[in-house]
Amino acid sequence: MRRKLIVALAAVGLAVAVAGTAAAVEAVKVPSQTWSFGGLFGTFDRGALLRGLQVYRGVCQGCHSLKLVAFRNLQEIGLTEDQVKKIAAEYEVTDGPNDQGEMFKRKGNPSDRFVPPFPNEKAARAANNGAYPPDLSVMVKARDGGADYLYALMTGYREPPAGMQVPEGMQYNAYFPGHQIAMPSPLVEDGVEYADKTRATVAQMARDVTTFLAWAAEPELEARKRMGVKVLLFILVLTGMLYAVKRKIWSDVH
Amino acid sequence: MSATEFKNPVVRWIDYRLPVFTMMQHELHEYPTPKNLSYWWNFGSLAGVMLVVMIVTGVTLAMHYVPHVDHAFDSVEHIMRDVNYGWLIRYVHMNGGSAFFFVVYIHIFRGLYYGSYKAPRELLWMLGIVILLLMMATAFMGYVLPWGQLSFWAAKVITSMFSAIPLVGDPIVTWLWGGFTVDQPTLNRFYSLHYLLPFVIVAVVLLHLMALHQHGSGNPVGVDTRGPQDSIPFHPYYTVKDLFGMGVFFLVYFGFVFFAPNMLGETINYVEANPLQTPPHIVPEWYFLPYYAILRSVTFDIWFVPAKLIGVILMFGSILILFLLPWLDRSPVRSARFRPLYKQFFWLLAIDALVLGWVGANPPEGKFVIIGQIATAYYFLHFLVVIPLLGLFETPRPLPKSINEPVLKGDSAASTKEKR
Amino acid sequence: MASSAETTAGGGHDDGETRRDFLILATAAFGAVGAGAAVWPLIDQMNPAADVLAVSTTEVNLEPIQTGQRITVTWRGSPVFISRRTQKEIDEARKVNPADLVDPETDEARVKKAEWLVVVGVCTHLGCIPLGQRPTDSKGEYGGWFCPCHGSHYDTSGRIRKGPAPKNLLVPTYAFATEKTVRIG
Repeated sequence: MRRKLIVALAAVGLAVAVAGTAAAVEAVKVPSQTWSFGGLFGTFDRGALLRGLQVYRGVCQGCHSLKLVAFRNLQEIGLTEDQVKKIAAEYEVTDGPNDQGEMFKRKGNPSDRFVPPFPNEKAARAANNGAYPPDLSVMVKARDGGADYLYALMTGYREPPAGMQVPEGMQYNAYFPGHQIAMPSPLVEDGVEYADKTRATVAQMARDVTTFLAWAAEPELEARKRMGVKVLLFILVLTGMLYAVKRKIWSDVH
Repeated sequence: MSATEFKNPVVRWIDYRLPVFTMMQHELHEYPTPKNLSYWWNFGSLAGVMLVVMIVTGVTLAMHYVPHVDHAFDSVEHIMRDVNYGWLIRYVHMNGGSAFFFVVYIHIFRGLYYGSYKAPRELLWMLGIVILLLMMATAFMGYVLPWGQLSFWAAKVITSMFSAIPLVGDPIVTWLWGGFTVDQPTLNRFYSLHYLLPFVIVAVVLLHLMALHQHGSGNPVGVDTRGPQDSIPFHPYYTVKDLFGMGVFFLVYFGFVFFAPNMLGETINYVEANPLQTPPHIVPEWYFLPYYAILRSVTFDIWFVPAKLIGVILMFGSILILFLLPWLDRSPVRSARFRPLYKQFFWLLAIDALVLGWVGANPPEGKFVIIGQIATAYYFLHFLVVIPLLGLFETPRPLPKSINEPVLKGDSAASTKEKR
Repeated sequence: MASSAETTAGGGHDDGETRRDFLILATAAFGAVGAGAAVWPLIDQMNPAADVLAVSTTEVNLEPIQTGQRITVTWRGSPVFISRRTQKEIDEARKVNPADLVDPETDEARVKKAEWLVVVGVCTHLGCIPLGQRPTDSKGEYGGWFCPCHGSHYDTSGRIRKGPAPKNLLVPTYAFATEKTVRIG
């Protein structure tokens, strides 16, 4: 009986391990970080989110869209309705057709989503030597290693090892699969002037923008974990009660 | 059992015209169930619960999902971000697919171990295999709907597989696609069928339960119940035991839903489908990995039959062979408890299935090729050679005279432990 | 199995059975709470999603509208009638004693600038779109709008005067963003 249980557990473990390792064959081992949003009780550090938003708007949005995030969502990370309206108004949204049948541009409002820097993929490629800067809305979920990988990527630019030739237009990155990435190192020391006066080192910006992108990919994370704790505790208690009932009812059979 | 036994007049009125209450009374309350069922017998009800969970979450998701190539991916994100509790329903449905297969696989292996497929339950077993096939079709099409990279490419690879069929292969693939590649027509029809098939599964499950109730459940000893001393009414004994089992099950299932909702999936499916860029590793969900390994195991043509076609035949064959099991296994002894040799081979099969899964998860290179081939060979050898031979030549342990006997006289299986 | 069939909740008077009944009752109650909590998301998901709820406004340029002209714009999926009223229409609306109305309301309470009437073009009876926006449409007996579905007549202030509609045409939240534009919602 116990052996069967052990094998069953091993099967589950193997299934999970298999699922986890399936695509990891070519990926580079990424150092693991501690994130405020990790673990059973994780939450997003609000300061990091706001700084990360600054990094996205100051550095990344020139090339990368965030088209699944609406300006109104920024109220969830601590901005007021007025601040959100102001940010939205900085963007130009194509709307229409008007009564003349023409499309026109208007200022963004909170219900709009972040405006992509390029109108379509082909324009994005044309402006970036044929490479397409991907949308970042779910990037943290779309790469093995998630937030750890993104942080490693941002901080992984360095000189190529001796003897390695990096073609024109590519950069060496220690953690990008294949080690050659078309994106030049986006973060430079003091590249952003943080509103909260934190020193903008590359590591700091990498951490902040990764936290922001983790939120962008999983805005429901805090609610999910909170609910999860309550639900699992409830089920635990209910299962305990059901076990007691089961033993009581079965007492005349055993 | 007649309407007059119910006290409530409304119940009596309905029951006289449509005997649902008499039926429930008989099939759930009084239905004699062997008293010695172990927790391995919980997995049938767990599968039933999962079917309901998948249909309920699926129908609610369908209220928001848009089956168009330009909007599918975004509509799923709309569900995750904007629909009230959308993320919860989506994660329950997504992890529910895995939970459903997990529970069904254990249910099947329970059947293999305890001879649940033997007379008079052959049809019950075969209906179960039909359910498995329908589940596989449903899950395959469901995975395409979010229109991620693997959604698209898994659809492309698996539908292309049918081109291996001689003569009619290519027209069949074009027919499946509704075009010249996986595109809008394919997505639309997969959505329609994904919505339909679960209700077909419900119908087959009802047949499955009818077949079960004809002769009642098997039991761990594999000896028929011989009278009321061997059984207990399903309610309250097994209703409460099933409920408790569900509690334990949901603890694990919701553990995944709330704290590791994407652990069993592939990250690359969060990249929108790109028909012009093949992902580096195309891998199905974990519950398809063993079949994927069998499909890819054949790397050589045999005579005039191309390797690709043999792989397809073996892959489908690995499930179709299960239909023959009641006739491949001729041993009159049901339960592996009393079949010491069969028991060893059963565990070998279980390990073989896990090995096939591991092979399927990895690229078909190097050591994985030969291991996959050996594991595939063993799988078919197990059913086509080992089981029939065991049926003919194995000497089983003596069976207890009845279910009650081990309880009264001490465990008879333990007393025969020194043999073999 | 008669004896086991008897051991369901509700029977015994001795201590063990009462405790057992309580346990079963408590567990059932706990389970019911869980079941209720589980059902709620399935119902709430049908409520408007966050993007639908996000305040949406429609801005309308009033410059092209002549006096006496009526235009229709869409706001939150419904038609909104914007009427640049003639003096005659304004006077007719103001002549009416509110006490005589099915849904008493003064015209002054329904407009910000007398010249501009902004109402939701959905009949308050059962939801049809009343006629009266086009010059060729019937405007009903009170010069406003006429709903052909069941014969409700609205006046030049959009108030119900005759017919089955119980309420005046709804005045949405609106504001004049500039002299010549109005923002609805």
